[in-house]
Amino acid sequence: MTPLAGRHRVRLCLRLVAAVALTLIFMFPIYWLYMISFKTASEIYAFPPKWYPSSFNFDTYRVLFRDGDAATVGNSLIVAFCSTALAMFLGFICAYSLARFSTGGKHLANWIISQRMIPPIAVVFPIFLLYVWFGLVDTYVGVILLYTAFNLPYVIWMMRSYILDVPRALEESALVDGYTRWQVLWKVLLPMCRAGLAATTIFTFVFAWNDFIFALVLTRTEVATYTVQITHYFGGQSNFWAKISAMSVLGTLPIFVVTAFMQRYFVRGISLGAVKG
Amino acid sequence: MADLRISALHKYYGNVHAVRGIDLEIPAGEFTVLVGPSGCGKSTLLRTIAGLEDANEGTIEIGGQVVNHLPPRERDIAMVFQNYALYPYMKVFDNIAFGLRSRHTPKNEIEPRVRRAAQMLAIDHLLDRYPRELSGGQLQRVAIGRAVVRSARLYLFDEPLSNLDAQLRDEMRGEIKRLHQELGKTMIYVTHDQVEAMTMADRIVLLRDGIIEQAGAPLELFERPATRYVAGFLGSPAMNFIDANLVTAGDTLALRLNDGAGLALPQRRTANLRTRVDRPVVLGVRPEHIGPATQGERPGLARYTAIIELLQPTGSRTYATFDLGGTRAVAELQAHDVSTINQQIELSIDMNRVVLIDPATNRVLS
Repeated sequence: MTPLAGRHRVRLCLRLVAAVALTLIFMFPIYWLYMISFKTASEIYAFPPKWYPSSFNFDTYRVLFRDGDAATVGNSLIVAFCSTALAMFLGFICAYSLARFSTGGKHLANWIISQRMIPPIAVVFPIFLLYVWFGLVDTYVGVILLYTAFNLPYVIWMMRSYILDVPRALEESALVDGYTRWQVLWKVLLPMCRAGLAATTIFTFVFAWNDFIFALVLTRTEVATYTVQITHYFGGQSNFWAKISAMSVLGTLPIFVVTAFMQRYFVRGISLGAVKG
Repeated sequence: MADLRISALHKYYGNVHAVRGIDLEIPAGEFTVLVGPSGCGKSTLLRTIAGLEDANEGTIEIGGQVVNHLPPRERDIAMVFQNYALYPYMKVFDNIAFGLRSRHTPKNEIEPRVRRAAQMLAIDHLLDRYPRELSGGQLQRVAIGRAVVRSARLYLFDEPLSNLDAQLRDEMRGEIKRLHQELGKTMIYVTHDQVEAMTMADRIVLLRDGIIEQAGAPLELFERPATRYVAGFLGSPAMNFIDANLVTAGDTLALRLNDGAGLALPQRRTANLRTRVDRPVVLGVRPEHIGPATQGERPGLARYTAIIELLQPTGSRTYATFDLGGTRAVAELQAHDVSTINQQIELSIDMNRVVLIDPATNRVLS
């Protein structure tokens, strides 16, 4: 072995070790969270800490499903899914209008995105009062509407820049070849914006999924989301660590699944937006 | 019957008056080239014909039907775009078949028609590829294939060759012209390139600032330009324009240049000029109509002694720059007519072929 090749190998090994160490550091909190959910109470409080449960104990999950706590994850899925679908649909056509017809003049897009800058806490109580008036508190419709409204500016802003990247001639050529505007929108533009749509969809979904403040104020029991449910386990006297971690596991799973499925688009979409946005 | 009739067409973009009253009739089967510098309104005119822009005033008739209010898909047109406008997520076959499918052409017709169009353009071996796997020239062939696969009444080309390199452009020029002869369809072709216009057109429509400067057969525009602008736009190298005065010289007329030299006009060209004697005119002379003087003059040739300032050999011809009556002029000589600069040479100018322009109106004097 030549000295040069040897040095090369050492460097490769060092990089590998560093990568593994970093991954372990970042993975550890998630590992810990998952492990707590399978531990018994005594294992959770054991000192020195137990690195893994003696046996995988699903009791906490069983309780969560029996008592209906797990249904809050279902609520989160429903509101996140519906509001994302709605925001993507409306946002895409609004973005098309802004990008291609300069609807509202030059600055409407800037005004729209400025709406997304508002801190949720600043508007949530006025909205609560409004919702009481309309009877929308603790309803799916209420939460979905709010998430849609809150995400719409982001979707419009992102999709507008993706649409601006699509050469106009592609649309014009389709118009000449026999398409209507609507057909152009769905059959030409949509496939051209696939990567951007996927990335924007994930961000929109994650916002709705992770939201706490709106859900805390606007839901009670019927449509409470899992983020709100977790807070119930922080008691004055005791904290239910097993339930907290089990609910958190249920809450992180969909994000893992969604991201794993859409990773390909995700990376491309973000970098596209970064360059052109 | 005319396939396209445009009357009194106007188009505004905000305050910009892009098309300023155009009347144009294009008979069936003609290859018309709209040519002019950028910003002359040629692309706007084409896009208005296609329905991609709305006309503000005037009417557009395609095949006898007023189409002002029809969307592009109902105008019976096919169009080729400058940047190809191919769908990157579709294979070449599907790109070509796009217009047929969107018009619900029966399935069993699509395949043979796509194959025939591809064969015509020599791209039948590329049908299974994606656009990103093709070269610029191949992409443009596919784009043309997309248009010709449809049987439209009117085919529109918006600067289709301007993204290609020079050699490919020459090749595709011939290809499109051949395609026109084969299909016999009415085609309107927009370009800023006067060589494309000259070589391809049955008729050139030269636009300037949103109006038609002159329209006619290529050689008609080249040999009998109506204005100084047309004379200068067509031809490469461009026509030389020299300030002069019209004077009497014996029984004929002559042009007195600023350096005192006189260039006699042939008798037959003086008929309508007698009234303009002692007034300024602009002499327009093409570089190819200036050559080295020889013994045994032909009538109508005027001699001029020049000092060559610059030589640009192109192979078979050499462009020689010299001072002609105070203006820098170019002569197109044979490769070996002149070999060194600062050389004095006796030139002869073919006064039968020159144009005389009224400097006040910039119109060519008949």
